[in-house]
Amino acid sequence: MANEATILYDSDVKSAAPETESAASLSRFSLIEKLKSGKEYIGIDKIDGPLLFIKNTHHVGYRELVECVDPSGAVRLGIVLDTSSGVVVVQLFEGTASLTLPNTRLRFKGEAHKLGVSENMLGRVFNGLGHPLDGGPAPRAEKYLNVNGQAINPTAREYPRDFIQTGISVIDGMNTLIRGQKLPIFSGNGLPHNELAAQITRQAKIRGAESEFAVIFAAMGVKHDVANYFIRSFEESGVSSKVALFLSLADDPSIERLITPRSALTLAEFLAFEKNMHVLVILTDMANYCESLREISTIRGEIPSRKGYPGYLYSDLAELYERSGMLKSSKGSITQLPILTMPNDDISHPIPDLTGYITEGQIVFEREMNSRGIYPPVAGLPSLSRLMKDGIGKGMTREDHPHLASQLFAAYSYVKDVRNLASVIGEEELTPLDTQYLEFGKVFEEKFITQGINEERSIEETLALGWEALRFLPVEELSRLTEEEIDTYYGLE
Amino acid sequence: MNNLKPASSEKQQRIIGSIYRVNGPVIEATGVSDAMMLELVAVGNSQLTGEVVKLEGNKAIIQVYEDTTGVKPGEPVHGSGALLSPELGPGLVGTIYDGILRPLSALLNKSGDFLDRGVTAPPIDEEKQWLFEPTVSTGAAVHGGMILGTVKETELFNHRIIVPPFVRGTLESIVPEGQYTVKDTIAEVKSDDALVPIRMAQKWPIRQARPVKGRSPLHTPLITGQRVIDTLFPVAKGGTVAIPGGFGTGKTMTQHAVAKWCDADIIVYIGCGERGNEMTDVLSDFPKLIDPRTGKSLMGRTILIANTSNMPVSAREASIYTGVTLAEYFRDQGYHVAVMADSTSRWAEALRELSGRMEEMPAEEGFPAYLPTRIAEFYERAGYMETLSGKIGSVTLIGAVSPPGGDFSEPVTQHTKRFVRCFWSLDRQLANARHYPAISWIESYSEYLSDIASWWEQNAGTAWSEYRSTIMDLLQKEVRLNQVVKLVGPDALPDSQRFIIDVCTLFKNAFLQQNAFDENDRYSTIQKQYKMLELIVYYFRRGQKAIKNGVTLVKLRQMKVYQDLVKMKFSISNENLSEFDKIMTRLGRSFDQLEAIFG
Repeated sequence: MANEATILYDSDVKSAAPETESAASLSRFSLIEKLKSGKEYIGIDKIDGPLLFIKNTHHVGYRELVECVDPSGAVRLGIVLDTSSGVVVVQLFEGTASLTLPNTRLRFKGEAHKLGVSENMLGRVFNGLGHPLDGGPAPRAEKYLNVNGQAINPTAREYPRDFIQTGISVIDGMNTLIRGQKLPIFSGNGLPHNELAAQITRQAKIRGAESEFAVIFAAMGVKHDVANYFIRSFEESGVSSKVALFLSLADDPSIERLITPRSALTLAEFLAFEKNMHVLVILTDMANYCESLREISTIRGEIPSRKGYPGYLYSDLAELYERSGMLKSSKGSITQLPILTMPNDDISHPIPDLTGYITEGQIVFEREMNSRGIYPPVAGLPSLSRLMKDGIGKGMTREDHPHLASQLFAAYSYVKDVRNLASVIGEEELTPLDTQYLEFGKVFEEKFITQGINEERSIEETLALGWEALRFLPVEELSRLTEEEIDTYYGLE
Repeated sequence: MNNLKPASSEKQQRIIGSIYRVNGPVIEATGVSDAMMLELVAVGNSQLTGEVVKLEGNKAIIQVYEDTTGVKPGEPVHGSGALLSPELGPGLVGTIYDGILRPLSALLNKSGDFLDRGVTAPPIDEEKQWLFEPTVSTGAAVHGGMILGTVKETELFNHRIIVPPFVRGTLESIVPEGQYTVKDTIAEVKSDDALVPIRMAQKWPIRQARPVKGRSPLHTPLITGQRVIDTLFPVAKGGTVAIPGGFGTGKTMTQHAVAKWCDADIIVYIGCGERGNEMTDVLSDFPKLIDPRTGKSLMGRTILIANTSNMPVSAREASIYTGVTLAEYFRDQGYHVAVMADSTSRWAEALRELSGRMEEMPAEEGFPAYLPTRIAEFYERAGYMETLSGKIGSVTLIGAVSPPGGDFSEPVTQHTKRFVRCFWSLDRQLANARHYPAISWIESYSEYLSDIASWWEQNAGTAWSEYRSTIMDLLQKEVRLNQVVKLVGPDALPDSQRFIIDVCTLFKNAFLQQNAFDENDRYSTIQKQYKMLELIVYYFRRGQKAIKNGVTLVKLRQMKVYQDLVKMKFSISNENLSEFDKIMTRLGRSFDQLEAIFG
């Protein structure tokens, strides 16, 4: 097909240049690039879902930012997904509704998509691309950063060790959250993951330390009610001025979800590593993010791997999750709390499965516990915190914590076996020891795991409850605890 | 053959074509006439490192090891005229690299906390002076692999300087003992009519196995200090192991434990597509840990290759080869090297992603049809070898596999199983109960048992094979007995059978489970392992006899000495082996008493 695009020259070339770059630094080469970025093409060759195809352009860079002017004159943003001398594929974040082939105009910006970031973004609400949704003006940017970020050099990382007290026993005691960790909540539809995330946000603190913190909330394809629940919860706990929200809700174009977490994490990196803040990032719902990724992949005709998801789902998720942690050169940190609803409660589904391979543990919800009225319904055994080992124990929580947690896991695991046995042969047939284990399991679930939605427990209270449950077992069964620990805590009343 | 120049000087040597299409890490170039397969190239104006993977007509497909954002069609591609062959020499040990052997700490100095593109640094410090001590003199006949001298690289490690493979002739000159850099010529070999200069460093293409004189049969175990591995499923030096397990079952923990405590001379740890913090953990942990055999810091024998999950996917594909090439280089010096690859599934996924971008026809689950060939090529680079210098060296490969959904029937696990001889299957149930290492005693196997049994019998104790098979037999029986218990409850079993379950529980708690954070328990010498095994087998045999003589199970369980057995792994250190004999005496006495009362 012949090229129907006409080339115009933008009268205001300078406006395309980012504010931070000084004129002096512009070499001849980049000046030409700038001029090219003023080129505007009218007319495209093909529209397929969120993708635009255009032929016979100048040489366009991979992942370059694109501005698309629709027939009404409004600008939508997109990026270059595939580029060649023949055809360029552009993915639009804000949907392709009402675009026409002959009247759509495209401007290639000659640089990657950048987000203007500043501290003033806290307390504000944005869409996935970083445009304000709260009616206020766009905050003045201190810096423009590439939303795709860059991989942290592993040697620049500081290994996370600081214990965060969430005030929730099953997390603090058994799956301790560490500052700089990425710990997802694997949940299902209708389970109280939002309540737990909000409770963690309200209660999380580093003991004996006051520090600058910020919360960044990225919503991808979640319902309005869910977003409002979080906003209300932030207001009630008085942290609203420390929260930046990036909302791409269920009725927004699905493709916007792909950029939403990237915008959120770009701001998080700026606040953590340049402003030395401790940032908690809540990403919800990662399942929706992955769906959008699958959508794009299918439209592009890529070879799928499992369940139609693209083969690069792991790498793509890693690009998000790995943007957390601590650096040696900065005092700040990024702690990630992604929420994902497991399709059909299936933990082996590609989304939770690949997430589990990247994140440092997981908090898994169990529907059966929720039906029994246990809040938080955290399944004891599949939940795990990988960074726990270096953040607990003497000098950090308490010296008996590691062994106590291990003993509780072991005993609770045996409880599950006994329950299976009891369901076959009946509780009456159990040995006296097994009956004791059942009793332990009951107390563990009802006193240790169960707690109020506003109840905050110190780590000492949590550990005491753990010992209280263990007292239902004979002392010979406590093979993972040392004798001193048993002497000190087991007999306590 | 051997006159490869450093990559930096030839980076802009010649333009081999121009970019036609950019699709993620895969780039198509046109106008290509003189590129060679697997040639190292610099792509685009920002000079990103890449490798030619396909040639067709005047087109070349290039896989790029860095993020290609902003790369445009029309930009030039420069060829280097050489394969991807990093420099190997003194300075490797104790360093952390990315997948194509760029030192990460040098990159940190150049580009800051985040990895920039187009930044390169030589793998080994070219300015650093090393004390070279020659061991041969002028006039000697020289052949590839021959040792010319040594450099004390770390407190733990003596780097032997070897002649690059395929060089042959007479030694024309060699420098006296003194300080040299890796760029200096330390010797000259007269080969035919040419003079070949030899430096302390040499290059080798990563995708090619280094040559050896021959393979030798395997007969020595790689002692890892992990009881479940050494006693139940041992691996021989030069062997291959796969560790499959779903997420959270402890693959990385097991790999770390082996890397810390195994008795190899050099450890190459490849973090392939895994977490950034895990590499940081190794970096902060290893220098503090002391090698139990030498009393020196463990970092003095470790090389890390970190290509974390968010680093470019094609470098992840290369990292496995880079790691094994390093291992072979040290093997050629006559050392025993253990390579940990965590995880080979991420490497296979990188293959899949690149293959998909090249629009190749997929086989199972989107993986390319050549996946099994690549897996086989990788594991076949392990072995117990007679090197070119005549010394014995070995490469042991331990690869983690991360099956999606913990399902072992997926292609990577299945194909890996075909090419390894030892299988440490990680069990979700054990991990859930925090039984670590969560190596299943039912699913796992080792084909090296017969090769190394005589070594154990000579070095630990003569009854090793017998004890081991006694315990394995009990563990198998326990599975069947537990099935019965699940149906009718434990009371339905006679005491003699319930005692088997008891012994297995004891064995699992007291022997198989090992606490990686306990000073005494994290590493067990073969002597300690043997003593512990002996005690448990003794407990079983005496107990069985006592029950036959009418002692009840309840009475057996109440024996005080039982608690000593449970806690012996914590309470007795590797040095205090005589304590085990004391327990043995007490155990014997307790049984005597019981039998005297009830028998």
